[in-house]
Amino acid sequence: MLKIEGLKARIEEKEILKGVNLEVKPGEVHAIMGPNGSGKSTLASVLAGKDTFEVTGGTVTFNGKDMLGMEPEERAHEGIFLAFQYPVEIPGVNTANFLKTALNEKREANGQDPLSAADFLKLMKEKMELVEMDKAFINRALNEGFSGGEKKRNEMLQMAVLEPTLGILDETDSGLDIDALKIVANAVNKMRNANRSFVVITHYQRLLDYIVPDVVHVLQGGKIVKSGGKELALELEEKGYDWLKKSSELTV
Amino acid sequence: MSDEQQLIEEVTGQEYKYGFVTDIEQETAPKGLSEDIICFISEKKKEPAFMLEWRLKAYRKWLTMEEPTWAKVNYKPVDYQSLHYYAAPKPKKELESLDEVDPELLKTFEKLGISLEEQKRLSGVKVAVDAVIDSVSVKTTFQEELKSKGIIFCSMSEAVQNHPELVEKYIGTVVPVGDNYFSALNSAVFSDGSFCYIPKGVRCPMELSTYFRINAANTGQFERTLVIADEGSYVSYLEGCTAPMRDENQLHAAVVELIAHEDAEIKYSTVQNWYPGDKDGKGGIYNFVTKRGICAGDRSKISWTQVETGSAITWKYPSCILKGNNSIGEFYSVAVTNNKQQADTGTKMIHVGENTRSRIVSKGISAGKSDNSYRGLVKIMKRAKNARNFSQCDSLLMGDRCGAHTFPYIESDNSTGRVEHEATTSKIDEDILFYCQQRGIPEEKAVEMIVNGYCKEVLNKLPMEFAVEAQKLLAISLEGSVG
Ligand SMILES: Nc1ncnc2c1ncn2[C@@H]1O[C@H](COP(=O)(O)OP(=O)(O)OP(=O)(O)O)[C@@H](O)[C@H]1O
Ligand SMILES: [Mg+2]
Repeated sequence: MLKIEGLKARIEEKEILKGVNLEVKPGEVHAIMGPNGSGKSTLASVLAGKDTFEVTGGTVTFNGKDMLGMEPEERAHEGIFLAFQYPVEIPGVNTANFLKTALNEKREANGQDPLSAADFLKLMKEKMELVEMDKAFINRALNEGFSGGEKKRNEMLQMAVLEPTLGILDETDSGLDIDALKIVANAVNKMRNANRSFVVITHYQRLLDYIVPDVVHVLQGGKIVKSGGKELALELEEKGYDWLKKSSELTV
Repeated sequence: MSDEQQLIEEVTGQEYKYGFVTDIEQETAPKGLSEDIICFISEKKKEPAFMLEWRLKAYRKWLTMEEPTWAKVNYKPVDYQSLHYYAAPKPKKELESLDEVDPELLKTFEKLGISLEEQKRLSGVKVAVDAVIDSVSVKTTFQEELKSKGIIFCSMSEAVQNHPELVEKYIGTVVPVGDNYFSALNSAVFSDGSFCYIPKGVRCPMELSTYFRINAANTGQFERTLVIADEGSYVSYLEGCTAPMRDENQLHAAVVELIAHEDAEIKYSTVQNWYPGDKDGKGGIYNFVTKRGICAGDRSKISWTQVETGSAITWKYPSCILKGNNSIGEFYSVAVTNNKQQADTGTKMIHVGENTRSRIVSKGISAGKSDNSYRGLVKIMKRAKNARNFSQCDSLLMGDRCGAHTFPYIESDNSTGRVEHEATTSKIDEDILFYCQQRGIPEEKAVEMIVNGYCKEVLNKLPMEFAVEAQKLLAISLEGSVG
């Protein structure tokens, strides 16, 4: 489904991704862990098409299509969703309106008719129950004045409505209380199926107790330095990242 | 230039879409301004003596006045002696139906999406259009229905000839001749405009609308509008305009006066789209307008709604004098500036009577390198017991190089008055646009969605068909062209 080969990216002369290789197959959940500043969010942004990062090498294909030449909205229409580490506030546009516009843009790009207001509301209601979000939120300006946790929950609502084939969650668990964490994990698990994959970026092994990954990767210094099963997360929790640094330096 | 600046520029660097010139034969006054020119205008328009006297008085007053300067607005001085003060399409004969209207003119309206034919076909919603091209009214529709209710809706020139007693009674009572430099100039040379009188107890059955256009090169535009709502009457008046592309700056100095008697209500809506100039601000229109209404009677109400997207320079403060007890003044405004446009707009609410209320909602949008200032004055006079004002002034910045300034002034001479002011500033930056794109919404659509959301409260105040047009204008003035 997603195939990243030798991906390099930089911002203002500073190289951040230094040759990332990653393959995600349909239905798989991959976790990416790694120290602060190692390039996890950068990788997510580059996949979503943010052009402040300059791609200087490598390829990314999604369902066989070259993704690097696509506009961000085209990637979204192809089925990529990024739950942002820091969701922005959009003044004057409420969540319902925003999501209706987004969904109908996607449907149009995929040759479907726009959803009627009634059908959309029905869908919203269903998805809001899934992420246990109060309906008061959807009539407020998108994320404006939302608490950190509420913003993250809103990201999950959007993912549920847009039904991507690849969901990239950038530290969606950070800032969530225990109950909210369970709700988010539950929503992801309900969405998991044979055709939908997830890349979950997190610092905490706790999330992986709820969303059990197929593979865990460690991104360090702009490269994936180690990959393993879900037990790797436990090992990292115990030992930190320093030991990997040493071993990866040794292998270079 | 950083990527962000470039992006914002792409999104907002839209060239003016309505730049074209209609080719109609002109009958033009010689350049310059003098008592002779004023006599020429007055004679051309077959005006009664009182009107000429009034014009000359205004002219003499104007000669003694100095052009104002403002802290936040810069422009090249206007050479008043190089302007034409009168230009009219050559009248051929009286027009009875659309078929007789100059096809060039109809084409122009079609390009603007407001053809008379289209208007006529509009089922359910009737819109009377008093189309002003340059200075003379060409076509008035729906006259008959209005006449049956005793409503007078005609060009100012016609009103001066056919209803001189009303014109003489009301003109200059809200905006006195010497109120300011531009109102004095307008009073001396006003060419045409609209006149509207709603008799006692009559609810005007349709929206009244006028489309103004500047069409003759070098012709200053001096529209004069007078709306009078007699006791217990109601009228909603729409004014909209767009102008063809020009090389030289064009001066527009209109005066609008509204008078609401006891229990009367006037809604005055404007969608203003003067040519703003090219990306460097060259060729745009100077728009110096004096708009003022008086709530003369108890429980009367005046409501100004405006969507401003054009002009190189806008200087405009629609105001309300709340003289009657329990009268209400409202001001809802969206002002967009882009590229090098400058706008200094706002409102004045003068509370004179008891229990008077005013509400101000101002939404400024700045893009490119433009500058957008809001200046609001709320004045509570000694007699205005229990006056209330609420002001909401929001600014939306598109990118990093534009500016927004808010100057709320409050003067209160009565301690029972209550004035509330709220202000916010938001910015549309690259992160917001990227977020929208990630959700599948292309840049332009995202800008449109955010801007419409931001302006909703004001757009909702416009009559339906106007709101749609206003949304179109906002999108046009802020989006990059598709493809
Ligand atoms: N816009 C930018 N300008 C300059 N440097 C940047 C920019 N964005 C990211 N960086 C740098 O790139 C590096 C990687 O940042 P990134 O956000 O990808 O890290 P991360 O792995 O997500 O970290 P965290 O765990 O703290 O979220 C950091 O050193 C960061 O300072
Ligand atoms: Mg990060």
